[in-house]
Amino acid sequence: MNNQNTNSTVAIPEALNKPQKVNVWKEMKKNKISYAMVAPFMILFTIFTIVPVLASCILSFTYFNMLEWPEWRGWYNYQRLFLDDEIFLIAIRVTLKFAVITGPLSYLICFFFAWFINELPPKIRAFMTMVFYAPSLCGSVYTIWTFIFSGDSYGVLNSYLLQWGILDGPIQWLTDENYNVTIIIIIQLWLSLGTSFLAFIAGFQTQDRSLFEAGAIDGIRNRFQELFYITVPSMKPQLMFGAVIQIAGAFGVGAVPRALGGFPSTNYSLQTIETHIFDYGSVRYEMGYASAIAFLLAIVMILTRNLISKLLQEKD
Amino acid sequence: MAKDIYYNTDESIPEELRDKMPKKMKSRQKKVNRSGFGNFLIIFMLVLVGIFMALPLYYSVICAFKPLNELFIFPPRFYVVSPTLDNFRMMWTLTDNLWVPLSRYIFNSVFTAVSITFLHVVFASMAGFVMEKHRFPGRNGMFNLVQFALLFTGGTMAIPQYVVMALMGMINTYWAVILPAVASSLGLFLMKQFMVSSIPDSMLEAAKIDGANEFTVYWKIVMPNVKPAWLTIAIFAFQSSWNATGGNMIYSESMKLLPTALGQIFAADATGVGNIARTGVSMAVSLIMIIPPIVFFVISQSNIMETMSHSGMKD
Repeated sequence: MNNQNTNSTVAIPEALNKPQKVNVWKEMKKNKISYAMVAPFMILFTIFTIVPVLASCILSFTYFNMLEWPEWRGWYNYQRLFLDDEIFLIAIRVTLKFAVITGPLSYLICFFFAWFINELPPKIRAFMTMVFYAPSLCGSVYTIWTFIFSGDSYGVLNSYLLQWGILDGPIQWLTDENYNVTIIIIIQLWLSLGTSFLAFIAGFQTQDRSLFEAGAIDGIRNRFQELFYITVPSMKPQLMFGAVIQIAGAFGVGAVPRALGGFPSTNYSLQTIETHIFDYGSVRYEMGYASAIAFLLAIVMILTRNLISKLLQEKD
Repeated sequence: MAKDIYYNTDESIPEELRDKMPKKMKSRQKKVNRSGFGNFLIIFMLVLVGIFMALPLYYSVICAFKPLNELFIFPPRFYVVSPTLDNFRMMWTLTDNLWVPLSRYIFNSVFTAVSITFLHVVFASMAGFVMEKHRFPGRNGMFNLVQFALLFTGGTMAIPQYVVMALMGMINTYWAVILPAVASSLGLFLMKQFMVSSIPDSMLEAAKIDGANEFTVYWKIVMPNVKPAWLTIAIFAFQSSWNATGGNMIYSESMKLLPTALGQIFAADATGVGNIARTGVSMAVSLIMIIPPIVFFVISQSNIMETMSHSGMKD
């Protein structure tokens, strides 16, 4: 987690020569304006995010049914996850399937569509951005996909395929194990132009134009060279932001499969880790166990984040 | 606006002369490194995928104007045969005579959304700026905490969050909705990442030499230069706070937010799913509910596209 800054320097080198404690305190006093400026955000963040996350971490070592006082269980929840919970193992597999496919793909889609839009004349950029952001803007309109993939012969896809004679009976697109994962992946990709897409759009806008002039003089000949030699290196911070958001999205898949494929899904074929958390937290009221799963998921995401941060830094 | 880079391609003119030619002569100038075929390919692809992406937006507009009998045709149609305003009229009648007037719900939602957006943008960008550009003990630790929080799945935090708020006596107040959203980690992360490349250190030094204090530097120098970034987090903040339901933090009727209140009135949530008899009305409601975020989005996006020209200073 320490290597996210491409340009982070060690605080103050002289600090090493003197007794550490006194110096940190002095440093802190010297920077009191900085602390004052971080304070409004950090205080609220501590109260409403850090404390609940820590509490949830502690709860992961307990049995907590939301009615009685939590009962200490030690590592039991974690043991149970790997030794006694077969469905959790399925959930890992399903989540990885989603994460490995939708994560990188949706990241590339976000980046390239932001770039395409940036190539358009400025007047229509805002409009095109809205068109592409529409699925995220409209909240849960993804439910219209149920009409298209509906399992009876009146479903849009089924009715056309039957009419053209490709099928001789309707397919249960959303509940058949052979199809539902693929279909949810398509819908997830359709939904993927969200937060990181807008961040990339803004990233392209804050780029220093003089770099492109310089590039043209230095012999850059087409837009791909421009993209890889100028844009990508200068957009690294935004690319890192996008990566973290896509990791959270790809590993956190759950709401869409639940809404479209049903909960629980056929043979748990759509049971992701997030759904598993939902199952234990909001259905069975085993908050301690749900917290343990959430914690493991967060750790996996952090490891992935660190891996990607290394990859992005090695590029230059 | 994006300043296109032009250079003269006309080979018949000697090179020394070409450089001296006025910029106005655009007929002989081309955008650097752009081929016509590439432009065509990009536009073609954007239009094709764009249609696919815009479908839900179009569909929710269309549905609001469908009479009840058309709403239930299966498979659903992507056009209206006899458009009607009945849905909107019925919405008017239903909200006309409420125990708590509709304007109160609207005020609740507008007030919380506007305060969240404003405070979030100010606090997050201030903290992001300081974390990136100031060197002080603990800044990396703080930033790592923010990133970690971003990756922690929300569901299991609900109960601890409720307990914290209950202890602070904030349940059933605007604070319960506003304060947690103000400190959303997404905004800080985005702002910090934008500070890396958009704000050269020399710019900050120059401002300090001119006698500006840290806060003036932040407000007068940093903010205008990262305008695309803070407009983007403003979009996120407004969109999510406008759709906020107040969840388990708001209980008294007059404090409820618009999505919750409308959900009760029309026996459906703002997404248009719910009670069958009032499907048409809830379609109309969901259309009206997405208008403010869309307006906000369009205004911010067109501002984002305009900020580029004054890119501060060059080192």
